[in-house]
Amino acid sequence: MKGAGLLALGLSMVAFSGAIGGNAAISQLPTVNDAAVLDGMPRALSEYGFFSDMREQTGSHDVTSYRLNTPLYSDGADKLRFVYTPAGESFTADGEGLLQFPVGSALIKTFAFGAGDERQLIETRVLLHRADGWLALPYRWNEEQTEARLALAGARIPVTRPDGSQISYRIPNKNQCKTCHSKDGEVVPIGPKARNLSADWLAMAEQAGTLASIPQVERRLPLWEQRDEVSLDAAARAYLDVNCAHCHQPGGGASNSGLDLRWEQDDPHAIGIRKPPVAAGRGAGGHAVSILPGQPDASIMVHRMNSIEPGVAMPELGKGTIDPEGLDIVSRWIAEMGQ
Amino acid sequence: MLKFSIAVLALASASSLAAATHDIAPGEGAQERLQEALILAEPGDEIVLAEGRYVLTDGLSLDVDNVTVRGAGMNASVLDFTTQQGAGEGLLVTSDNVTLRDFAVENAKGDGIKSKGADQIVYHALRVEWTNGPDASNGAYGIYPVEASNILVQDSYVRGASDAGIYVGQSEDIIVRRNRVVENVAGIEIENSNRAEVTENLATKNTGGILVFDLPALPKVGGGQVLVARNAVIDNNTDNFAPEGNIVAGVPSGTGVMVMANTGVQVLDNALVNNSTSHVMMVAYTQAFDDERYEPRPVDVVVRGNIYGSGGNAPDFEGGEFLAAAFGGALPPVLTDGLHQNLSVEDAVPVVSLGLSEVGQPFTQAQPQLVQPAADGAIAALPAVVLPAEMEARLK
Repeated sequence: MKGAGLLALGLSMVAFSGAIGGNAAISQLPTVNDAAVLDGMPRALSEYGFFSDMREQTGSHDVTSYRLNTPLYSDGADKLRFVYTPAGESFTADGEGLLQFPVGSALIKTFAFGAGDERQLIETRVLLHRADGWLALPYRWNEEQTEARLALAGARIPVTRPDGSQISYRIPNKNQCKTCHSKDGEVVPIGPKARNLSADWLAMAEQAGTLASIPQVERRLPLWEQRDEVSLDAAARAYLDVNCAHCHQPGGGASNSGLDLRWEQDDPHAIGIRKPPVAAGRGAGGHAVSILPGQPDASIMVHRMNSIEPGVAMPELGKGTIDPEGLDIVSRWIAEMGQ
Repeated sequence: MLKFSIAVLALASASSLAAATHDIAPGEGAQERLQEALILAEPGDEIVLAEGRYVLTDGLSLDVDNVTVRGAGMNASVLDFTTQQGAGEGLLVTSDNVTLRDFAVENAKGDGIKSKGADQIVYHALRVEWTNGPDASNGAYGIYPVEASNILVQDSYVRGASDAGIYVGQSEDIIVRRNRVVENVAGIEIENSNRAEVTENLATKNTGGILVFDLPALPKVGGGQVLVARNAVIDNNTDNFAPEGNIVAGVPSGTGVMVMANTGVQVLDNALVNNSTSHVMMVAYTQAFDDERYEPRPVDVVVRGNIYGSGGNAPDFEGGEFLAAAFGGALPPVLTDGLHQNLSVEDAVPVVSLGLSEVGQPFTQAQPQLVQPAADGAIAALPAVVLPAEMEARLK
């Protein structure tokens, strides 16, 4: 995980230096096919031209890699994230919230297991910013790792993780992409919020001219791998923001639950403290409230994070395994509330 | 007149020309084929499920406006989620003007069919069933529209839901009619919603037949204008099998119609037979809350024209047995906790009040007594719920 982060930073430096220009080798990078970003439903990932080397996941011209401070758990997959903005265009900050990308931009995320030659690319999800809004599409990699094909209906595939465990990995269908990426009925990006990006990356983007100006971020989400160096509250709230709040917020997919797990929400009831469930059904697991301070084992939140059973498990999508790290942080955070 | 008819015909044929039909058959790859059709459908299209059993491993979803999903009948085209491995429901609808009709959803791991923010939705002649019958490990809701306007649920059958068979939440302008809800915890539940008509349904063998609830601290609060009329609410004595923690887990077995909070509920002309706790129950929300918008008491409730059979003979709450004995072996058919405001019971049956005087007061402090609740003046009939005419027209 740490390795992937460093790699991402390295790649982004290369890409930004490319954008600044002058380096002959880099200027020979292929360019992205803007027509594919703007229209149609390309059947193959290669049609976009996002990568100069698909297998190695090397970005094309104006394709910059980034990482998130605290990432969404996806069954332990490594995620390679890229942003593309058309030549000469830039994105802007909206306070510490989501970066605002111009039409023609794309966010690209590849899910992979393993490292080096052993690395297996599973799927690449693209978010395309078109004139009529964002479009989310999933692409499934072939066995030969030469191409990824559109998987509109999603797929379920057996994956062996680096630790040897076998899982049934779910590639979401196009609608399921929207289930998480929807806010007030519109598809929106989730990850690239200024508060969940490093100050260095934002500074580089600004220097490269792709970010109009660097936003003020009062409270940044902690780096997940350094979560033990921050307060439990910060680590747990960052985790909940990234893993849950895309649905659990006003206008999100689970708005009717009344549970709001966004980083900025400071009403204890809204984040689940002593909040009874609404439509949890058996997901409640016999517990009366989402969070019972001091008692993680009597808290619905922990119960649902600690399950992989459909109808109980949270998140509902993109999760086939329990995230031990997230469960640990949230459990300790709730335990600590009792003191 | 002739000119008018021709114009209508031309319009009709133009729209049918534009619409496409996607025929789906069960068998190999049904998950992907059906999901792909649901994604690629254009507004106006119809997805037709041929007769047979569709074995599905993941939830399905529809996000295109104005699409019909039609099977060959609620016992003929069966979406079988027994081997479901992911997603929170069998079928999720997030688009407007959708019609779901004539198919079944069996053994979904979470909810059966959920529609969220899906306005003008029609659920017609569907079957949503957990085939093992009452079981705490069944999914929560069978038919589950939430956060929407203009909802029609009719002629459907739901069995085995561990929460509510038909649950409408945080919505407005709702008609739930001619359904059969059997062996669920709650047969039909209208929650935090406004302007609903629940009519001509058969609710039997549930824990509670028909519930009208309003809960605090949700995005939409302040439910009311709910008509519960001409339903058969019979034998709702199934042990409560809802997982603890859910509001319906507190519903006593043997409940016919239960109103909790809400302003403006009318319980008219129902047949209430052999519900062993109470045929009609009015209670305030009992837990602590912090929500200025919220009215915890039932307000402006009318009970009139109902037919009462036997019942109240085995009240499923603490002290219920003694209370029934005190009334000669059975509780009177209408029960209030005493916290109602402006309750009008116009039927010639005894009404028992638990005599509570404060919201949140424990039932152990009840002072049961017979009462004759009358409103401070006539409570007007609820205005009819009128759905857009095109919703019914779709079914013709």
